[in-house]
Amino acid sequence: MMKKLRRSMLFLPGSSAAMLSTAFIYRPDSIMFDLEDAVSLKEKDSARLLVFHALQHPMYKDIETVVRINPLNTPFGLKDTEAAVRAGVDVIRLPKTDTPDDIYQLEGEIARIEAECGRPVGSTRLMAAIESAVGVINAVAIAKSSPRLMGIALAAFDYVIDMQTERGDGTELFYARCAVLHAARGAGIDAFDVVYADIDDEAGFLKEVDLIKRMGFNGKSLINPRQIEILHNAYAPTQEEVDYAERVIAAAEEGDRHGLGVISLNGKMIDAPIINHARVVIERKNASGVRQ
Amino acid sequence: MKIVKAAIAGTLESSDLVVKVSPAEDGLDITVNSEVYKQFGEQITAVVKETLSAFNITQGEIIVEDKGALDCVIRARMQTAILRGTESKEIAWEKL
Repeated sequence: MMKKLRRSMLFLPGSSAAMLSTAFIYRPDSIMFDLEDAVSLKEKDSARLLVFHALQHPMYKDIETVVRINPLNTPFGLKDTEAAVRAGVDVIRLPKTDTPDDIYQLEGEIARIEAECGRPVGSTRLMAAIESAVGVINAVAIAKSSPRLMGIALAAFDYVIDMQTERGDGTELFYARCAVLHAARGAGIDAFDVVYADIDDEAGFLKEVDLIKRMGFNGKSLINPRQIEILHNAYAPTQEEVDYAERVIAAAEEGDRHGLGVISLNGKMIDAPIINHARVVIERKNASGVRQ
Repeated sequence: MKIVKAAIAGTLESSDLVVKVSPAEDGLDITVNSEVYKQFGEQITAVVKETLSAFNITQGEIIVEDKGALDCVIRARMQTAILRGTESKEIAWEKL
């Protein structure tokens, strides 16, 4: 089975009826309804209900849905979890994950709600957002803490404050990016990079996308639909990469037909990781074409 | 359930609506104003009545100012206004 592409995860404020009613047309790989920082304290209840109903609307049937809940140590976190799980969300994003205990606590609540509402227990996936120095240090344990975890994300805003620095050219995130990415790969789950807040700085955004793609991140959290196409294009393979991937897959299929364990292409050995990478290249081409 | 205080939910932005609920003793008094009343007035009114019925609300003044909201948004705003107006602390999710 092909792995789900998760290049773009678009943040939507859970309190915005207009955005919740239209965002599906932008076709990000995942849509994340935010009940946390994007929603004021006095609208937490209304946003929760808006998201609860939007999740059940057919317009979101074909898009992976994620809800960023408030932390469980606030008066809102558990209610957000009730709403999201009962509405059939695909993934719950836990902000400010510092330790595996944060995940254990959440998955206990989710299992109870799933059983109560008749959802198969285990069907709600989780992603952990790491936003502090302690979270980065514990990233390996967090990433392995639950079979429900589909990925971990680095969130820069709180992290740089915790590190007593500020957003700059990426140097400030160097260790955290490496740590989160290695933790994800070690656990066999996805890794998501931070949002790029300056939506008018396309060159800066592209530079950051190029960096995190080369590092190996699956994708990035986005705050504006305009960033989706730019990101998808940057993740799209070049024609040269597509041609090579097609030759690798053809050679692999030819090898299979002749029962060969090891095959070669133009004198170079082709093994399973190269074949898998070729399939990812073709999948990315099928999703967003050849890089323009 | 009974509406015990005036409450409001939603905004007047496009694709949204404002719902105002207030206590009343003489049954339900429902007013729906919408930019798309000609095409969708009956449908909006039906969603409003259905939501009130699910909460077993039989008394109150309900005013809806719709700006072209989807049914799911109307339902969410109605429920928020009702939960605020009835001062409900717990939510019976299966009723929503």
